[in-house]
Amino acid sequence: MSFEPKNSAVKWVEDRLPIMGMLHHALYEYPTPKNLSYWWTFGSLAGIMLVVQIVSGIVLAMHYTPHVDMAFESVEHIMRDVNYGWLLRYMHANGGSMFFIVVYLHMFRGLYYGSYKAPRELLWWLGLIIFVLMMATAFMGYVLPWGQMSFWGATVITNLFSAIPIVGESIVSWLWGGFSVDNPTLNRFFSLHYLLPFVIVGAVILHIWALHTNGSNNPTGIELKDKQDSIPFHPYYTVKDLFGLAIFLIIFSAFLFYAPNYMGHPDNYIPANPLSTPAHIVPEWYFLPFYAILRAVPDKLGGVLLMFGAIAILFALPWLDKSRIRSARFRPIFKQLFWVFAVVCVGLTYMGGQSADGNLVEIHGMVPVMADGVAQMKDGVPLMEEGVTFAVSNVLVSRILTAYYFIHFLILLPVIGLFEKPKPLPASISEDVLSKTSPAKEAGNA
Amino acid sequence: MLRVIKSLGLAALVSVAAMGGAQAAGGSVDLKSVSWNHSGMFGTYDRASAQRGLQVYREVCAGCHGLGLVAFRTLSDLGFSEEEIKAIAAESDYIDGPDGEGEMFERPGKPFDAFPTPFPNENAARASNNGAYPPDLSLMVKARASGDNYLYSLLTGYVDAPEGFELPDGMNYNAYFPDHKIAMPSPLIEDGVEYSDGTAATIDQQAKDVTVFLTWAAEPKMEQRKSIGLRVILFLLILAGLFYAVKKKVWSDLH
Amino acid sequence: MTTTTPVEEDGVTRRDFLYVAAGGLSAVGAAAAIWPFISQMNPSADVLALSTTEVDLEGIETGSEITAVWQGKPVFVRHRTEGEIKKAEDVVVADLPDPEPDADRVIKPEWLIMVGVCTHLGCIPLKEQGDYSGWFCPCHGSHYDTSGRIRKGPAPTNLLIPPYEFLDDNNIKIG
Repeated sequence: MSFEPKNSAVKWVEDRLPIMGMLHHALYEYPTPKNLSYWWTFGSLAGIMLVVQIVSGIVLAMHYTPHVDMAFESVEHIMRDVNYGWLLRYMHANGGSMFFIVVYLHMFRGLYYGSYKAPRELLWWLGLIIFVLMMATAFMGYVLPWGQMSFWGATVITNLFSAIPIVGESIVSWLWGGFSVDNPTLNRFFSLHYLLPFVIVGAVILHIWALHTNGSNNPTGIELKDKQDSIPFHPYYTVKDLFGLAIFLIIFSAFLFYAPNYMGHPDNYIPANPLSTPAHIVPEWYFLPFYAILRAVPDKLGGVLLMFGAIAILFALPWLDKSRIRSARFRPIFKQLFWVFAVVCVGLTYMGGQSADGNLVEIHGMVPVMADGVAQMKDGVPLMEEGVTFAVSNVLVSRILTAYYFIHFLILLPVIGLFEKPKPLPASISEDVLSKTSPAKEAGNA
Repeated sequence: MLRVIKSLGLAALVSVAAMGGAQAAGGSVDLKSVSWNHSGMFGTYDRASAQRGLQVYREVCAGCHGLGLVAFRTLSDLGFSEEEIKAIAAESDYIDGPDGEGEMFERPGKPFDAFPTPFPNENAARASNNGAYPPDLSLMVKARASGDNYLYSLLTGYVDAPEGFELPDGMNYNAYFPDHKIAMPSPLIEDGVEYSDGTAATIDQQAKDVTVFLTWAAEPKMEQRKSIGLRVILFLLILAGLFYAVKKKVWSDLH
Repeated sequence: MTTTTPVEEDGVTRRDFLYVAAGGLSAVGAAAAIWPFISQMNPSADVLALSTTEVDLEGIETGSEITAVWQGKPVFVRHRTEGEIKKAEDVVVADLPDPEPDADRVIKPEWLIMVGVCTHLGCIPLKEQGDYSGWFCPCHGSHYDTSGRIRKGPAPTNLLIPPYEFLDDNNIKIG
């Protein structure tokens, strides 16, 4: 049912800018697979979070002052004096975390169901571009309150660029606008933090355009074949997304109203002090896996390259995964590897928050007393004291997890893509849906 | 085989999580835990305790520690009257101006002023305190993990150093301060203040009261936040229920 | 799509009620959610706290005035002479473009306190100038008399009298 405007005013606009026809098509004509699970609600949630962040950010910017002498106090002014300022600040801070939670789940959905495979490679790339823009935006946004973590996080990460040979130092002082993170840095980060979200909006428009070109993937990974494989987006997925939104908002509200500082770091309530480094510099949780990879490499440039490499390798994924089958539902070995990979990512996140020189596992017992590398003796028997008898260092664990991360993409995926024997695919989406709802279930399921 | 790897990996993660958790916190000392009135979903500030805490702050702490983000007028949250607030404000002097002649002058505090900072800048603060810097306390409770329990533990944690512990000159042993060496000597003494409501001013009581006051000082909007939060979440639960029914209804015609 | 026939109840189906309820509750939620975004632009607590200004009258000699600042605007605080007061009181109120007796504009006749913003387009009038021995606004030629009332020119109303009170003989609080 194509768009036939009855109202003459609507028709007038439509003849000049067919935007309503576009909306009509997207809602009523766009063939959406009828078997999409709740894993498909995260895309719309991400879009909503982008709007939430932009709106809350713009109103916060009405009260914030991007100057090193006033930034911290202006944020407290928002928290204490601005009407509902505390609500807007916590909404924006926790909203950032919620945005990343939603986007990570959205990305993992894509990894599991092969949504990055042909013909959706560009869709996947646009998503990765959005992800990188989000990271840049979040990184700069975190600097704005000008707390200890703001300042030192900015210092550590901008310093990384000095690892680039020859031009590294110049690039860093260019980024800083000076000889260290200071007022020029804060001011430009504010400007760019305001700008980038609108670049993200542009990328999201392209992302949705690319999606609509080939249509959504679905849990079976099989393309739409018959008319009965698909349903109109409205009302089916609009109401499903609304329900998903309500549940998501409950979780968001739980953090915002009852644990607003849980995902943050207390040190950021201390005003930035360039002469005092915090005991443990940690980025926000959503950067932790990349931080772990960075610190796993003993060489500065190597760590930087591997950290960016971890994201760059995702661009190559459509060509690294050689399997013709999309969905993990029908790829038993790939499915197992996926879950191992997910655990590795969680592990990397955890390791990113641990101290660089500590031990993950320590077993205490009696150890010989050592002095200058020589065991101390008494009456011919070694002196013993309390100590660590066995330890697994954080660095070692991070290195193992980092190695596995790259092995997953560079070795495991190509190999099993070529040699894996997939489960038999259903003939169509409809058949798959029917076989699930009928009393005698036959087809393999996740 | 891969399932074994997956299970092992998961098990390893889970089993070291508890151990690693303590490491991540940065300190292996368990804090004392008080059941504060302000904790939990329905917590509110104990006004009487907070008022006593204000007295402790002004009489014991304000000599060295500023509270520069808290305006006197916000004390009305704790039940102080406008007259009481004016009186408290007027006890401090503030530099204002320039006047008609271009001179700066001093005037008594007004409700719109904030609590004073005792030193004009960090260098002056350090010079007066053997190089140590008494931090502003406006956000101290939020600037430390489990800030209220931490502050209470710290203030009641001045015990004798264990045998053989090396304590440099001018430092004091505290069981809860990182590395156990703190420049500030124990600030609270038994009956150090005289509470107007007659409560016995034990060290423990003073520590609790000043902690409640400083928790409010760091988060004056906590009560509104929790009360709005309750209404929001209840509303969303009903809305989610409605949307679920709508979803089921809309999708029912597909099968 | 196949649909089951909804049960009719007073022309509104049972299914419709669910949709109406969901839609209605969403609208309520949306309105409640938008309110903080609008409210945050209202003056914040610290700005509201500065909504009054106190002025010391002691140094102001008869026949002279100072300009105080209240809510970011200039306020003329003039210690009027006997002659100025008499001139103000002698005016026929009915003839004024904005009729207002002098007594309505002061608490103590020797102290005239007005917001020094021309009621035409907002310039600051100049003291002791103009055809009526009061103030003259150079922007578009409005003349105010010794009571700050508009006499000639484009300004529509008299200079605004802010709310104020005498804390004692030498101190006023504006606002």
